[in-house]
Amino acid sequence: MRNPMTRRAGFAGLAVASIVILAGCGTGGSTAEGPAALTELGDPEGAVSILAWPGYVEDGTNYPEYDWVSGFEEATGCMVTTKTYGTSDEAVSLMKTGDYDVVAASGDASLRMMVAGDVQPVNTDLVPSYAGIYDFLKNQSHNSLDGVAYGVPHGYGANLLQYNTEVFAEAPTSWSVVWEANSPYAGKITSYDSPIYIADAALYLMKTQPDLGITNPYALDETQFAAAVELLKVQRTNVGEYWSDYLAQAQSFTTGDSVVGTSWQVITNVLQGEGAPIEAVLPVEGSTGWSDTWMISATTEAPTCAYLWLEHMADPETNAMATGYFGEAPSSDAACSFREDCEAFHAGDAAYAAQLWYWTTPTAECLDGRTDAVCMDYPAWTQAWQEIKG
Amino acid sequence: MRLSMTSKIGLWVTTALTLAFIYVPILVVVLNSFSTSRTLSWPPPGFTTEWWGKALTNAGALSAISTSLIVAAASTVIALLLGTALSFALHRFSFFGKSTVNLLVVLPIALPGIVTGIALNNAFRTMLDMQLGWFTIIVAHATFCVVTVFNNVFARLRRVGTSLEEASSDLGAGIWTTFRLVTFPQIRSALFAGGLLSFALSFDEIIVTTFTAGSGVQTLPIFILDNMFRPNQAPIVAVVAVVMILIAIVPIYIAQRLTTTDNR
Amino acid sequence: MTTVSSSAPDRVGESPVRASLARRGSVFLYRHAKVRLALLLSAPLFWLGLVYIAALVALLITAFWTVDSFTGEIIIEWNITNITKVVGDALYHAVTLRTVGAALLVTAIDIVIALPIAFFMAKVASRGVQRALVIAILMPLWASYLVKAYAWRSILAQDGIIDWMFGPLGGSSPGYGFEGAVLTLAYLWLPFVILPIYTALERVPDSLLDASSDLGAKTGSTFRHIVLPLIVPGIIAGSIFSFSLTLGDYIAVKIVGGATQMLGTLVYSNVGVANNLPLAAAISLIPLAIIFVYLGAVRRTGALNNL
Repeated sequence: MRNPMTRRAGFAGLAVASIVILAGCGTGGSTAEGPAALTELGDPEGAVSILAWPGYVEDGTNYPEYDWVSGFEEATGCMVTTKTYGTSDEAVSLMKTGDYDVVAASGDASLRMMVAGDVQPVNTDLVPSYAGIYDFLKNQSHNSLDGVAYGVPHGYGANLLQYNTEVFAEAPTSWSVVWEANSPYAGKITSYDSPIYIADAALYLMKTQPDLGITNPYALDETQFAAAVELLKVQRTNVGEYWSDYLAQAQSFTTGDSVVGTSWQVITNVLQGEGAPIEAVLPVEGSTGWSDTWMISATTEAPTCAYLWLEHMADPETNAMATGYFGEAPSSDAACSFREDCEAFHAGDAAYAAQLWYWTTPTAECLDGRTDAVCMDYPAWTQAWQEIKG
Repeated sequence: MRLSMTSKIGLWVTTALTLAFIYVPILVVVLNSFSTSRTLSWPPPGFTTEWWGKALTNAGALSAISTSLIVAAASTVIALLLGTALSFALHRFSFFGKSTVNLLVVLPIALPGIVTGIALNNAFRTMLDMQLGWFTIIVAHATFCVVTVFNNVFARLRRVGTSLEEASSDLGAGIWTTFRLVTFPQIRSALFAGGLLSFALSFDEIIVTTFTAGSGVQTLPIFILDNMFRPNQAPIVAVVAVVMILIAIVPIYIAQRLTTTDNR
Repeated sequence: MTTVSSSAPDRVGESPVRASLARRGSVFLYRHAKVRLALLLSAPLFWLGLVYIAALVALLITAFWTVDSFTGEIIIEWNITNITKVVGDALYHAVTLRTVGAALLVTAIDIVIALPIAFFMAKVASRGVQRALVIAILMPLWASYLVKAYAWRSILAQDGIIDWMFGPLGGSSPGYGFEGAVLTLAYLWLPFVILPIYTALERVPDSLLDASSDLGAKTGSTFRHIVLPLIVPGIIAGSIFSFSLTLGDYIAVKIVGGATQMLGTLVYSNVGVANNLPLAAAISLIPLAIIFVYLGAVRRTGALNNL
């Protein structure tokens, strides 16, 4: 599916291919030496082709007020062609064709591309706006390799606990409301419909059952994984709906078919905008979330246009428009001066961001660095998810 | 048929109820297209014509509609050619494996869309190493559209028989002349009806399309699906749906007229 | 179908007509039935055989392969791991039963709704009403499937249209779940069931019905003993639509099905999310087998010509 939102499922990682690469190359990924980063920009090449999630490159075709391509084309002379993709998997295989100069990649896809050498290191000095980007987004495991930056952060967001204020007199502070076995809200709880949601259960267990020794909700050995699955099976009896699209989720909260469950800030905002009695919190346990990165192809013939595009997307005004359109936090404080809803998205709140576990692909090699254990990989997560739903 | 008064009233009432069942959801769509709720919440909190204005100037919607029209037209043309040829072959000849061919035509529509979809996706991508796009969608759609044309034309051929054609060739007309002047007029409305159904089938197909469209081509159903996931624009989709129903009246009406005229 | 005409004069047999290539082709074809047949069959068979059957067979073959979870590549190594998994695993049993149950329910609901309206259209209504009704039934086909499925969310919702209409009578909406999905699917496929039944009814001669009632049969028994046997192929043709469309659906189920999982959902999540084509292929053998059994059973009724 090619939706800006369902893609979150894609985020999760679909791809078995990553496992290979990760496992095959070892933790260091030392074999992945792409070309060296550019040292200075040349003349714009006249064209740039971009691979991105739907909603990331809007030229006004869909909604005239959302256009951050035309201005770029006029200013730089780089004509933009766009291809959208539906899953991280698709992105990875499309990047291998070498047809694209720039890609907007999510956590799992970006890692695979870096390790496989499909994208090149980025000289952040050539991206003036990079300096303004939140530090907590820079040099993360999904956008850098051995301390070398491979891209420019785009936007991020969290999976929140959303609830109906008419049902909850007091705001819930813990995810426990969706995990309790004998929930008073049985049949009106909603959960995100993707195998990656298992990480939400793992995160809850990480905080509430320290005996299990979970240190990263994406690195679960057999026992830990079984505990998470067990928790989800208990929850299954209370779930009224597994949601995966924005509209359905918003609808069931307005009609009262759902009263509590995992959601996104953008959905909460829309519901509040319509006067629905809905609030969302980041519970004490923290949460899962996502973070995306703009990257440049290793084989690009238009490096200057590519860098100009990265700068364009990091530019506070463009970044504000693009992330605002999609419904996520922007990458810099400066962008917030062009958006009025930054506070709602907790943009720039490092403490808030620190509580987020960004989606990434679970692999057999434990992501938390354990070498004495074998972790459950993504195919196992998928299989388990189907069994949980029954 | 002569019916007792009670049976007649009963039939009128059930028919009215069935129509209500069919049109209540359509009414919901119409109301949603004027709703102030961006998430199509029910009941609509207010009335606005904002979406109609936005939808009618929405470049994405317009280009998706034209994509769908092109795909539906192309696959209908292919289906017309293949379906007509097949129905002639099956009606005029008896040959070994005839019933298998008959089953073969029905298969693409009888098998669940998801099976057809992944089978074609797998064939295009891994077997033929093709890029998914216009060509693959049209091929896929034509495959399951053949059956609608086949059934209409085959049924018509059975009804009209071959006596007129025999007369024509006895009078010295060649195969082409006979086809043009005798056979074609006889099956014309069946072609139209089959073509219309095939067009509608292709126009609204989403499951097979999802698997054969890749990400380059956006048909209307895919545009709609995408928009259901875009913040704030869901009512535009309702407008598009209402417009499509209104536009569809014309071809359906023509098909109806053609068929009834033929039957007289 | 067109043939280039040639200016070269030629005579064919005793015909005084000035013959052209087209003429010669026509005569040739007239005399050679097998060539005519071959010409007619070659394109469709090429298309359906090479494009469709080859694709299906290829899909079935992948079911016997596996995905290497290490490389993500499909390993071409014959084994029946996927098949045994699908046949042996309780998950697939439960989902298969649920899906077939839904397909049967949807089909039954559709036939029950379709019979009276189709009968009314074909045998009772005046020409004008008949025409209007056919248009009325065809028109919703053009309102996107997705839009209609979302409309059903409003209908099934708490305090939605069902609650509003039947609440005073003590009824309430089944909400999002299995029942909601069955209702929605029955709605979506209804026109596909009404049309073949209507066509079949139109072919039943009025004289037959009149004769039956002249001989004293009540409306009910005329319908049961005269009409029903004649339109069975039409009913079956309609049922093929509703049955197979339900068997393969995953989008409407996702929209109104709450937490319900069907075969389509499983296939989709394996191929679309997990990238495990071999397992998806193995799962899709289930609906494939069910449909083949069904088609095999109905083949003799002539229903295949009534779709």
